[in-house]
Amino acid sequence: MAKRIDVSDLNIYYGDFLAVEDVTVSIEPRSVTALIGPSGCGKSTFLRSINRMHEVLPGARVEGKIIMDGQDLYGPDVDPVAVRRQIGMVFQRPNPFPTMSIYDNVAAGLRLNNKKMRKSELDDLVERSLRGANLWTEVKDRLNRPGSGLSGGQQQRLCIARAIAVEPDVLLMDEPCSALDPISTLAIEDLMAELKDRFTIVIVTHNMQQAARVSEQTGFFNLSGVGQPGRLIEFNPTEKIFSNPDQKATEDYISGRFG
Amino acid sequence: MAALDLVTSMNVALYALGTVALGTALLYGFSRSVEGPRSAKDRLVTCVVCSAFALAMVPLVSLAWEVVRRGAERLDGQFFTWSLLGVVGEGGGAYHAIMGTLVITLLTTAISVPIGLMTAIYLVEYGRGRLKRAITFLVDVMTGIPSIVAGLFAYALFVVFFGPGVRMGLAGAVALSVLMIPVVVRSAEEVLKLVPNELREAAYALGVPKWRTVVKVVIPTAIAGLGTGVTLAIARVIGETAPLLVTVGIANATNVDPLDGRMATLPVYAYYQLTQPGVPPEFAIDRAWTAALVLIVLVMGLNLVARLISRLFAPTTGR
Repeated sequence: MAKRIDVSDLNIYYGDFLAVEDVTVSIEPRSVTALIGPSGCGKSTFLRSINRMHEVLPGARVEGKIIMDGQDLYGPDVDPVAVRRQIGMVFQRPNPFPTMSIYDNVAAGLRLNNKKMRKSELDDLVERSLRGANLWTEVKDRLNRPGSGLSGGQQQRLCIARAIAVEPDVLLMDEPCSALDPISTLAIEDLMAELKDRFTIVIVTHNMQQAARVSEQTGFFNLSGVGQPGRLIEFNPTEKIFSNPDQKATEDYISGRFG
Repeated sequence: MAALDLVTSMNVALYALGTVALGTALLYGFSRSVEGPRSAKDRLVTCVVCSAFALAMVPLVSLAWEVVRRGAERLDGQFFTWSLLGVVGEGGGAYHAIMGTLVITLLTTAISVPIGLMTAIYLVEYGRGRLKRAITFLVDVMTGIPSIVAGLFAYALFVVFFGPGVRMGLAGAVALSVLMIPVVVRSAEEVLKLVPNELREAAYALGVPKWRTVVKVVIPTAIAGLGTGVTLAIARVIGETAPLLVTVGIANATNVDPLDGRMATLPVYAYYQLTQPGVPPEFAIDRAWTAALVLIVLVMGLNLVARLISRLFAPTTGR
C-alpha cells in the first residue's frame, strides 16, 4: 500500500502543444500533497498524467519519467489499465454510475473487471469501503437505491468509496470539493486525514485554505502567459509555502497579489 | 354526383378558409385600435400559428378517420385467421401477410441492429480522423437511398446466387436492412453521445479496459435510448412496399420460411388487393383498407413499445 512517486523532467503534450513543462517532484507516501495554482496552469493535466488518464484524449502524450516504487509508469511494456488499477482517481464532479445501486457502485471496480468474489466477501468489502468513506451510516439502509439519488456530498463520498474499494496505492483527487457545500467539504477533508494513513493522496484544489488544512506538501503551478506551458514553480512543505515561500510568484499568488 | 360532392366540399373548405382569414384580419384591426400594435401583433401571430396547426392536422385526422372507417368493415376474426388461399370474392383474410410481415421485420431487425449498433459504437467510442468521416458520410448517403433502389440492390444481389426471377423473404429482409441500418446508426450515435464522458472516465479510473467500459457502462446507461431508436427504426421499415414488391412478391398461401420463395407482407398485400381486386372489386378493396388499418395499428403499437422501453429502462434518479 501507499507508494512513493518520483517524477522527473516531465513534459506533457496535447498534440504539438506543450501543456506542462519540466516537472520534477517527489510525492511522499502516506501523506497528502496539494497542487495549487491558477486555472489552466496544468495542475489537473499533471494529476491526470500520474495515472495515465490524460491519454484518453487523442494526441495527448508525455516525455520524461514517472516512477512509482521503482516501476516506470510509462515503460514500454506497462499497460495503462494496470496503472489505473494501482492509482485511483476522484473527479471534480461526482460521477456515480446512474444505472447502478449504491452497493453496485462501490462494487463496480471489481464487478466491471470480472473479479469473482463470494457474496459475503463482497458485502464485507462494500461495507469496509463505505465506512472508509464515512458514508456507511448514511446509506446502510438503502444500499439498493440508485446512487444518483444521494446528495452531491454523499455522491462524492460514494465515488471515494468506489475508488478505495479496488485497494489502490495512490488516490488522486481533482478538485473533489469544488462542487460541494462547506459541510460536505469538511466531511471530505476529515476523510482525507483518515485515508492518508493508508494511501498516498494527491489533491488539486483552488481553495488555498483547503490546501493549508489538509496537506503536508504543496506544489505551486503557474504559467507565464497564455499559450505558454505551465511549470511547477515551487514545491515545499505546506507550512513553508504558506508562511515563507522561496519564490516571489508563490507569495504573490497566496497573498492574492497575483497578476 | 361525385363531382358535385367534390365541388360542395371544396366550397366548405373555401368557406372555412375565408372565415379564418377574415376573422384574423378583423381581430387584428380591432385589437390594434383598442389594445395597441404590440398586442395586435401578438394576436395576429397566435391566429396564424393556430391556423397552421389546424391545417396540418386536417390530412392527419382525415387519413386516420378514413382508414378506421373503411378498415373497420372487415376487422373480424376471419381477417386474422384466414389466408387468401382459394378465396374468390367475399371473405378471406391477411393471416399470411401479417405473419410474413412479422417474419421479414424480425429478420431485418436481426440483421440491422448488430451492424447498426456496432457501427454507432465505432463512430462514437473508437473512430477518429478520415475513416470516421468517411463512414459518417456513407451513413448519410444511405439515409437518402430511395427504397426502390434498396430493393433493386437486394434483388441483384440474390440473382447472383439464385438466378434471375428469385423471390424470397430473406432478400426482402436484406433490402429493408439497407434502409434500416442508417436509421439505427444515426439514432444510436446520438444516444451514445449523450452518455456523459465523466462516466467513461470514472470507469477508466477504476482500471476498467475500454471495451468493457463500453459494454458494461456506456451501453447500459444508454439502453433506454437505444431501445427506443431501434423500435422507431422498425416502425420506419415495417410499412415499406416497393423493395418488398421487387424482392419478395406476393403469395396467397401462408409461407413463413424466408428461404422458400414468395411471401405475403401487409403493405404488398394492400397494394395488390387495391390494384388487382378481381370481380366484383368491393371485397378485395375492403381487405386492402383493413390491411392498412392493421399496419397503422402495428406501427402505433411499436411507438408505444418504444415509449415503454424508454420509461422502463431509463436510469432512475429518485431519492
